[in-house]
Amino acid sequence: MKKLINDPKSVVQESVQGFGLAHAGLVTVSEDPIYITRKDAPVAGKVGLVSGGGSGHEPLHAGYVGQGMLDAAVPGAVFTSPTPDQILPATLAVNSGAGVVHIVKNYTGDVLNFETAGELAEAEGVSVRTVLVNDDVAVEDSLYTAGRRGVGGTVLVEKIAGAAAERGDGLDAVAAIGERVNANVRTMGVALSACTVPHAGTPSFDLDEDEIEIGIGIHGEPGRHRIPMENADSITNRLLEPVLADLKVSSGDKVLLFVNGMGGTPLSELYIVYRRAVQVLADAGATVERSLVGNYITALEMQGCSISVLRLDDELTELWDAPVHTAALRWGV
Amino acid sequence: MVLDANWAVKWLTLCAQAMAEHRVELIELDRAIGDSDHGENMDRGFQAVLAKLGESTPETPGAALKMTAMTLMSKVGGAAGPLYGTAFLRAATALGDSAQIDPSAWADALAAARDGIVARGKAESGDKTMVDAWTPAVDAARAAADGGSTDVLGVLVAAAEAAEAGAVATDPMIARKGRASYLGERSAGHRDPGAVSSALILRAAVGAAA
Repeated sequence: MKKLINDPKSVVQESVQGFGLAHAGLVTVSEDPIYITRKDAPVAGKVGLVSGGGSGHEPLHAGYVGQGMLDAAVPGAVFTSPTPDQILPATLAVNSGAGVVHIVKNYTGDVLNFETAGELAEAEGVSVRTVLVNDDVAVEDSLYTAGRRGVGGTVLVEKIAGAAAERGDGLDAVAAIGERVNANVRTMGVALSACTVPHAGTPSFDLDEDEIEIGIGIHGEPGRHRIPMENADSITNRLLEPVLADLKVSSGDKVLLFVNGMGGTPLSELYIVYRRAVQVLADAGATVERSLVGNYITALEMQGCSISVLRLDDELTELWDAPVHTAALRWGV
Repeated sequence: MVLDANWAVKWLTLCAQAMAEHRVELIELDRAIGDSDHGENMDRGFQAVLAKLGESTPETPGAALKMTAMTLMSKVGGAAGPLYGTAFLRAATALGDSAQIDPSAWADALAAARDGIVARGKAESGDKTMVDAWTPAVDAARAAADGGSTDVLGVLVAAAEAAEAGAVATDPMIARKGRASYLGERSAGHRDPGAVSSALILRAAVGAAA
């Protein structure tokens, strides 16, 4: 597979260097260990927000560093969680004294590394709260699995918790807002093709030309089941059904609808999915009050999408609308 | 043969060699039921351990394992970094300042490593994880040591063989922890990459003593 890279081993480093150059007004890049902080961090009196995870999901997380969202992002190797020796200095760098919230996607590696870093930060006198994102309805949550994955809902948690921190909420309040978003968002994804991790060189799973994989995560890992290719409306129905059932969407609900591209699907197709999703939600009696359509949490060049539905209340809507100025999301400023 | 600091350095060097040699195999195993990064991460981690060994020579086996723990924790990432980091750290603590490891101490160190992995990862036997290589290895080493074996090589071999058999035994299991658990029943029919890398580490311990 062809890729615009120089060397598989330097993909993350060179990409982060370019990101820093492109957004020099917004962020500061630390190269060893690698992490990205908001230019004006630490912001006096403000709770710091740190997220991170494997690379390959861009613009997540570095693209969301800036006013009204994250204070720091910690990228690991491609699809590999970052390590405590990155997460700890990032946490310390954005702590103004008001404490730091770690936003962690629920994967074993991310959880273990952030847990370790959180303990080390506490040992250095920084109060740390963790918001675990696990919005993926494709995974049956039980004692017998690693639990639901954090996927599309992560972007919404980062935006809304970021707005809460920016308006001056305290440490526990910011964490509580993040948890409220997580409790009210559900996501389901589909892959039309797999993706290729640079150092692996071959696609992460094998999918025939006429097959699609339902219930994928964001790491090119296979999903729950494989079915023959269908048209956009049928796939949209199939993704939304478990989302609406699990979220218990009912008549009168106001929602944010987020159609996310996995990296290799054109925006035009995402809007076809969005169009059908609005119809399905209307049939369920729900009103789409806010929307987000685009490639916001990706799996390299994978073709496919995920649909997230967030049940809104007045406060969450107000925080969603609050000003944000990052490389990947910007409004109100 | 005595298991001293020189043996530990040779063991870790052979671990690095094994991870480099089996890098692609581990990536392929992980590609089937995970996310294709295990071989790359383990290779990067043990290359870093090798570099550390080049900077200074540890004075005891425990010191060598502690350095390995800190390096893996900071270089590997994913679930494997904290899990192997914890395993080596607990083993180092169990060994203390001893200059040499006798059969019983090796069995104790393996048990401490396994307990650390279980405490961090919350996995049990049969979950299709590295625990399925470690627990049989711990049991085999304990049995060999308790059998009055004063031959430390025999205890190392018993642990390595049990870990290898344990890794093979993950083939039909359905994953209940880690990234493979998202596959449910589709994870059956594949070998767990973490169990395989664990067996490679314990096999390298034999190579260092041979």
